[in-house]
Amino acid sequence: MTDRHAGSGLESRGTKTLQDMNYEAPTSVEAAVAALAAADDEAHIFAGGTDLLVQLREEMIRPSLFVDIKRIIETRTITVDDTHVRIGAAVTGAELSEHDAAKALLPGVVEAVELIGSAQVQGRATVGGNLCNASPAADSVPALIAAGAFAQIAGPNGLRVVAVEDLLAGPSRTNLSGNEFVVSLDIPKPTTRSADAYLRFIPRTEMDIAVVGAGAAVTLDADGTCTAARLALGAVAPTARLVPAAATAMIGKKIDDTVLASVAAAARDACNPIDDKRGTVAFRIHVAGVLAIRAVKIAIERAEAK
Amino acid sequence: MNEIKTPRGGSNYQWVGKNTPRPDGVDKVTGRARYGDDMIVPGMLHGKILRSPHAHAKILSIDTSKAEALDGVKAVVTSADIPDHPMAQPPYPPIVNDFHDISRNVMAREKVLYDGHAVAAVAAISEEIARDAIKLIKVEYKVLQHILDPREAAQPDAVVLHEDLFTYGVEPKPTKPSNIFRVMHGERGDLNAGFAEADLVIEREFSSQPVHQGYIEPMACIATTSEDGAVELWTSTQGHFVQRTLLSKLLNMEMAKIRVTASEIGGGFGGKTTVYAEPLAIRLSQKTGRPVRMTMTRSEVFRATGPTVGSKTRIKVGMKKDGTITAGEAEIWYQAGAFKGSPIGRAVDTFFSPYTVANCKAAAYDVCVNRPKVAAYRAPGATMACYPMESVVNELAKELGLDPVEVRLKNAVKEGDESLMGTKHGRIGLVEVLEAVKEHPHYKAPLGDNEGRGFAVGYWLHGGGLSSAAVNLMDDGTLGVATGNPDIGGSRSSMRAMAAEELGVNVELLKPIIADTGSLGFSYLTAGSRTTYATGMAVVNATREVIDKLRALAAKKWDIPVEDVRWDAGQAIATDNYKDIKPLSLKELAGMATSMGGPVAGHSEINASGQGATFCAQLVDVEIDPDTGFTSTKRHTVFQDAGRAISPDYVEGQMQGGAVQGIGWALNEEYIYDDEARLQNTGFLDYRMPVASDVPMIDTVIIEVPNPNHPYGVRGVGEPPLVSAPAAVANAVENAIGQTMSDLPLSPPKILAALHAQAAGDD
Ligand SMILES: Cc1cc2nc3c(=O)[nH]c(=O)nc-3n(C[C@H](O)[C@H](O)[C@H](O)COP(=O)(O)OP(=O)(O)OC[C@H]3O[C@@H](n4cnc5c(N)ncnc54)[C@H](O)[C@@H]3O)c2cc1C
Repeated sequence: MTDRHAGSGLESRGTKTLQDMNYEAPTSVEAAVAALAAADDEAHIFAGGTDLLVQLREEMIRPSLFVDIKRIIETRTITVDDTHVRIGAAVTGAELSEHDAAKALLPGVVEAVELIGSAQVQGRATVGGNLCNASPAADSVPALIAAGAFAQIAGPNGLRVVAVEDLLAGPSRTNLSGNEFVVSLDIPKPTTRSADAYLRFIPRTEMDIAVVGAGAAVTLDADGTCTAARLALGAVAPTARLVPAAATAMIGKKIDDTVLASVAAAARDACNPIDDKRGTVAFRIHVAGVLAIRAVKIAIERAEAK
Repeated sequence: MNEIKTPRGGSNYQWVGKNTPRPDGVDKVTGRARYGDDMIVPGMLHGKILRSPHAHAKILSIDTSKAEALDGVKAVVTSADIPDHPMAQPPYPPIVNDFHDISRNVMAREKVLYDGHAVAAVAAISEEIARDAIKLIKVEYKVLQHILDPREAAQPDAVVLHEDLFTYGVEPKPTKPSNIFRVMHGERGDLNAGFAEADLVIEREFSSQPVHQGYIEPMACIATTSEDGAVELWTSTQGHFVQRTLLSKLLNMEMAKIRVTASEIGGGFGGKTTVYAEPLAIRLSQKTGRPVRMTMTRSEVFRATGPTVGSKTRIKVGMKKDGTITAGEAEIWYQAGAFKGSPIGRAVDTFFSPYTVANCKAAAYDVCVNRPKVAAYRAPGATMACYPMESVVNELAKELGLDPVEVRLKNAVKEGDESLMGTKHGRIGLVEVLEAVKEHPHYKAPLGDNEGRGFAVGYWLHGGGLSSAAVNLMDDGTLGVATGNPDIGGSRSSMRAMAAEELGVNVELLKPIIADTGSLGFSYLTAGSRTTYATGMAVVNATREVIDKLRALAAKKWDIPVEDVRWDAGQAIATDNYKDIKPLSLKELAGMATSMGGPVAGHSEINASGQGATFCAQLVDVEIDPDTGFTSTKRHTVFQDAGRAISPDYVEGQMQGGAVQGIGWALNEEYIYDDEARLQNTGFLDYRMPVASDVPMIDTVIIEVPNPNHPYGVRGVGEPPLVSAPAAVANAVENAIGQTMSDLPLSPPKILAALHAQAAGDD
């Protein structure tokens, strides 16, 4: 017998042959849209591949074409202007966590993205991929919704803009048409005394999928009254969802324990979870309230520190 | 890091008890080590297994014609290709290897008995074609009702897995088939009198879930057949000699015609002690005349290989105000899985055996359910029995206002005492272990808010048995040390250290290897914490034979009687009567051996006995988040009698690893099935073993009470640290939340529900 290390490395390991699968890596948004338009239903946008390659291996998808968007400059850059922070859809977790301005402005979004996987996964996993994979438990999504993010979507008719919470259609489903993809995420630049936070519950400390996720963003005025707020939850419904009632409970008030109790109640009311291998209905509903309070408190602390 | 306590005086050893670099270490961290899946043979085919989607169903028909017709497919096998065997008959040994069952486990015959049960296998020129081919196999099933809970499955009206299984060990002999294979009992004293003597009696019920061994490397093997029908097998296993025995009996082949080489192994913990894909790879290779490789995916490992048993227990223990345990009674139901053979004997022996309980009785039931047949897992059968007993002892101590360690000291077994299954203890170290706990700063360290401390002690009788070793001296004075035990926990290092100690030479001169089944006498599994003990003895014997031959060689050279030559510090030395004879070093003797009589080698084949009990105690601090039920382990100290730690680093590693597996078992690990008994969490993402950040640095205190029956005093160390770990963690959780918890795993939803129930009760 010989072995792989001793040099008969030319033997095929017999992994899936990629003969009937094409790969393209266009360098412009237009070229990517054109590639999608020319392809059949089994074309997939390929970003970091940390979801896609797992799905390929498990034979959940049989792709005809991968359109790799990582060579398109717009998907790979982070820009900050007077009104917005723009995060390219193919920016990786590792890149985002090394971007000082993004970290200072959107600590909640950045900490959510940083929770994805491990150091190895972080080097590949992208914000756009996390969003478009449309897992109800995706970590960055509640944080993006709380921060008020909009997706810049490219398609055959040019660009359109959709709020993140409106992009999600259900588990593994978005409202993108087959010819569209997300180019970047635009997040209104937080004003002074405005900050966000994200927390998730997992039974371990890492390498797990959120049983509940909660993103919060608050804006306070000079005397500490809440002037704007958004709360979003993950893993407690078919899609991540915004909880407007929680915002209503906070806006116009100083956020004390009574207000926080209303926030928790609103969060729990918004839950429509399932019992599954990751958690039970009762547990998820209860913990949604707990994390809502904790995320709001962290956001307030951060806003006050500004 | 590790603290070593040697109450009976230290040692002057040069290599034993020292940390030497692990011979396999660098290859492992650089990725060079060759595991089961790392072998490539020219012309090899790829095997894939079609698995049942049903937990319990009759197989009505299997049509493989479409798969066989697919381009690139070279062979298909089904149960028709695996010989059938009659059912094993009583009297049964403690571990039943029934080839009637093994044949059906590797390939379903009349019925499928669990989700993932193999029904056919294909060999093709690529993995992709093999995967496509198994989808072309048409199997018609008649789905039957399934059953998972061992206590329900033990009921007389339960749906029965095997129409030909009648409970053994009960009177009168049953006339109806049952899922209970057998019941084992242990009893001594007068139970009623014992309970009457007690000041407090506590009776509780417990359950634990089947848990996975969590080895990193999935099973992988490659089989080749030669023109004379002989088979060579390369596989990731804990015992290639045992594999050879199983395969020869299962496939009706002569033993000498099966040569098995153990690959480097990425963990086993008991999970790799039997055969799964190996017989299929051999059959496919025989049918095609080509090498066939089969590598399981992680999901196949979870669905179709044996974890440890799940359990249900009822236990009742009585204690006097002074802490004396007066009586204990326990019944436990083990979920054997699809086929009989769970480790019930160990359960009976484990409950009461750390203590001198005068009156006790234990019964254990081996129950078949629609899950994969259980395999061993680190101290098979002991952990699930230790958990209920230790929990109740802790509760009794608490209710009676007694210190939990003092209570154990009061009842601790000593030399001369007997375990419930009749093992008479030699020199054992339970008292020394408990004293070390009391002295340790962890024991009295203050606790913070929402924190609790747990304590438990566990008993494990490690293995001895059949082992072989050969020590070969080369011309240049270096030596090969060959054993037949796959090295899982650093045994090559320890074998080398013991041989070097005997020889009095540098460990670097010795190269330890794992020999294949054609090259050495039989060696039982690397399991049961037996390798350093039993195989270590064989290595010492073989080395001593080398030394004797070298003394004889020197005597011949010097022309003096061999009795006048002694061996010391790596050289042959003539006695003081021969003042002018200069000693001959090992290297000098090696150089002259071939021209003066031939090569020098020693070998030893033994049935090692005299193994003793090992005790391991643990202190654990946890903190509970009262709002989410999340448990974090803050501090964990393991105290264990190692007899003698040949390689302290690896003993420490065993203690830490066992503790970590216990934390997972206690807190989060479980197989999650849907309503159809299909496994939902078939990977490590959702089968929640602890990750590195989940556990604190595990502190270790190695206690050395040498076992007089081993040349260096070794006791088996691999399994004991898992026995008491879940009990200690569960006890810490109980103390943190102030209530008893009886169903493992103590996952956040369960703890939260308990806290909410408590709050509701308080209102
Ligand atoms: C070990 C491991 C751990 C993980 N842990 C976590 C975790 O803790 N939390 C978590 O949320 N996720 C986790 N994930 C999932 C995954 O890493 C994330 O969802 C990641 O952000 C996906 O990004 P990607 O770039 O790799 O996406 P890809 O795999 O490239 O794509 C994912 C999906 O989105 C589509 N897509 C990608 N980009 C776009 C775009 N710009 N426009 C339109 N469609 C697009 C793809 O077609 C595909 O369907 C984990 C994955 C692994 C393997």
